[in-house]
Amino acid sequence: MVEPAVTVQNLVKRYASAVAVDGISFAVGRGVTAALLGGNGAGKTTTLSILLGLLLPTAGKVRVLGEDMLRHRYRVLPRMNFSSPFVDLPHRLTVRQNLLIYARLYGLPKRRERIESLAEDLQIGEFLERPAGKLSAGQKTRVALAKALLNEPELLLLDEPTASLDPDTGDWVRGYLEGYRTRTGATILMASHNMAEVERLCSEVMMMKAGRVVDRGSPAALIDRYGRTNLEEVFLHIARGSRAELEPVS
Amino acid sequence: MNRRGFSTGRVWAMLLRYLYLLRSSWPRTVELTYWPTLQMLIWGFMSQFLYVNSSYVFRAFGVLLAAVMLWDVLFRGQLGLSMSFLEEMWARNLGHLFVTPLRPYEWVLSLLSMSLIRVLLGIVPAALLAIPFYHYSIFSMGLPLVAFFAVLLVMGWALGMAICGLILRQGMGAEGLAWTVVFTLSPISAVYYPVSILPGWLQHVSWALPSTYVFEGMRAVLFSGVFRADYLFTALALDVFYVTLGAVAFLFAIHDARRRGALLQMGE
Repeated sequence: MVEPAVTVQNLVKRYASAVAVDGISFAVGRGVTAALLGGNGAGKTTTLSILLGLLLPTAGKVRVLGEDMLRHRYRVLPRMNFSSPFVDLPHRLTVRQNLLIYARLYGLPKRRERIESLAEDLQIGEFLERPAGKLSAGQKTRVALAKALLNEPELLLLDEPTASLDPDTGDWVRGYLEGYRTRTGATILMASHNMAEVERLCSEVMMMKAGRVVDRGSPAALIDRYGRTNLEEVFLHIARGSRAELEPVS
Repeated sequence: MNRRGFSTGRVWAMLLRYLYLLRSSWPRTVELTYWPTLQMLIWGFMSQFLYVNSSYVFRAFGVLLAAVMLWDVLFRGQLGLSMSFLEEMWARNLGHLFVTPLRPYEWVLSLLSMSLIRVLLGIVPAALLAIPFYHYSIFSMGLPLVAFFAVLLVMGWALGMAICGLILRQGMGAEGLAWTVVFTLSPISAVYYPVSILPGWLQHVSWALPSTYVFEGMRAVLFSGVFRADYLFTALALDVFYVTLGAVAFLFAIHDARRRGALLQMGE
């Protein structure tokens, strides 16, 4: 049996004055696009940061692509990548320079060919020589995606992949991500506030609130379970519901 | 793809990043040589003045110039490392870097390499200009110069790593340390005067610094033509101690930043 791409067990992240993640457990199968949903402070970004090895948990186990992320993260980091519109690539370097450096950090053999190929796919060729700081939000998102796809990751973590994009560019990015997953069989795990995006892309959703996973399932199953017409209504119901109504699921 | 262990490719990738940054701004590149050259000019003229007014300096014309240039090795060695580190902080790039297979020690090696490049870009033009200006070549010191350079550069690295660790711990509010801390060592490193000038208790502190042995050793070479190997070995031993301490502090600060969740948020 193939191990899931991501397995999280009893994950806790506690700071001095707050609990950001409170004993969550979930798994994401290989080749699946899944989402962590929740309001601000629900623990989505904290969970993603732990999965990326950027943050050490207080307790719990994290396995990524068959490896213990807390003990052997360097075995798995070359096989995964990350993109967030909130973390720009260094502004003073050109797009090409940035991509070349990351291609080297991932030890890619044919760096220039890979960058040209991604530039064509993501339509960033015309501003490869432009400083990354002089791009529009849409251009930055596509460049960030190019950086995240350089090593053709088996696991792609995305934090709000279409935040601050116009509807047209957002739709284009979603189409590209769907195509990437279909073509490579990669697993995608995203944190998002865009319910339409999640309904379109994801087959699995973990609803988070106050550091806990309070419900999970496919978008259709969640909509059905809560008797709503779309995922946004489910989100609002959960976000506004009292803690007593929403017991964490394990 | 090298998935385990050290990779020179990743060190080179980071070094390339800092070289691209340096190349992207010519004022910053000019600034690297500007201050050392200005210092050299001021102290060169001062030395010429003292040359005709002081028997002490008369015996070794280049002593002040050599002290100024060697002090710059320590200062720029520390600053060169800290500046490359701060570039990552200003760019909020740590989150991107630490999700790649880049190991912290590979990053440190790239920071050290860039520091060496920055020191050479700053000091060599000033040292070469001193030859036509004052008919003085610091290179005439010979092999001891290489030893002095190495000891001061490594001391600068030790200090730089400790400062970067502090900035990681305290955030960008501590950024000013990168420019100021090194100057607290200047009065007690016996740069321009012998260590015997200092009060007795301060001499003990002074002798705990590798830089003191370098500047005393430099004066021994310039005044007496004697190379104090004992000074060199003590300085090297102290360097090993301090650079280990600095590296441990820096690597611990990175680990601590992962615990606190600071790698993703760290920046201006």
